[in-house]
Amino acid sequence: MHCRVLLFAAARDLAQSDALAVDVPPPVTAGAVLDAIARRYPHLAPLLPVCRLAVDQSFVTADAAIPPGVELALIPPVSGG
Amino acid sequence: MTQIPAETTARPAPRIRVELVDHEISLQPLRDFIVDADTGAHAWFEGVTRRMTGSLQTILLSYEAFVPMATRQLNALAEEAAARFSLTAIAITHRLGEVPVGEASIVIGCSAAHRVGPLAALPWLMDRIKADVVVWKREHFADGQTQWIHPR
Repeated sequence: MHCRVLLFAAARDLAQSDALAVDVPPPVTAGAVLDAIARRYPHLAPLLPVCRLAVDQSFVTADAAIPPGVELALIPPVSGG
Repeated sequence: MTQIPAETTARPAPRIRVELVDHEISLQPLRDFIVDADTGAHAWFEGVTRRMTGSLQTILLSYEAFVPMATRQLNALAEEAAARFSLTAIAITHRLGEVPVGEASIVIGCSAAHRVGPLAALPWLMDRIKADVVVWKREHFADGQTQWIHPR
């Protein structure tokens, strides 16, 4: 499945883009999306173990299934406040 | 026995105001929002850009957010805090973009009939905001270096 993923903060700087695209082989889970990003974008790999994935603006766990058409965002550790 | 009508016993819904702004946060509109003749306690937290982190001197912080998600998260946290701490009103404003030393990046104000709820709500909210709300800060140091802050 073709997935587009929004990027923020250090992840966006490393990718030099505010989004990336990956093809994820089934079964498409959040963990599989992160694995596909690590393979396709090796310079992001060091940051990925501490990132979370948000699906339609909610955090999901690595085993969560990703249906087609949802909005994906790669969320590095947050530092607001 | 006289039945008390439900509408007179139910607590009115808390008033909630959440904003992400790209300018200095002014306190008066927030104060106006949480003021209520039936509240006896107003509690406030301001998070402010600090000059020194260890031996490094900060010139300013810049903040970015995934705005729609951060707005949803802050509204959900405000709702939960209002219920958990019996708040009458709560206002959360987070500033984005550049925040110079001494200026506020976040202001939370909340009110209730008595002080216990508002005083407890502030640390509860700040802990959750710092753990989960999708906002990131970048330090701009005096030596020209910049660094995204991604606590692990």
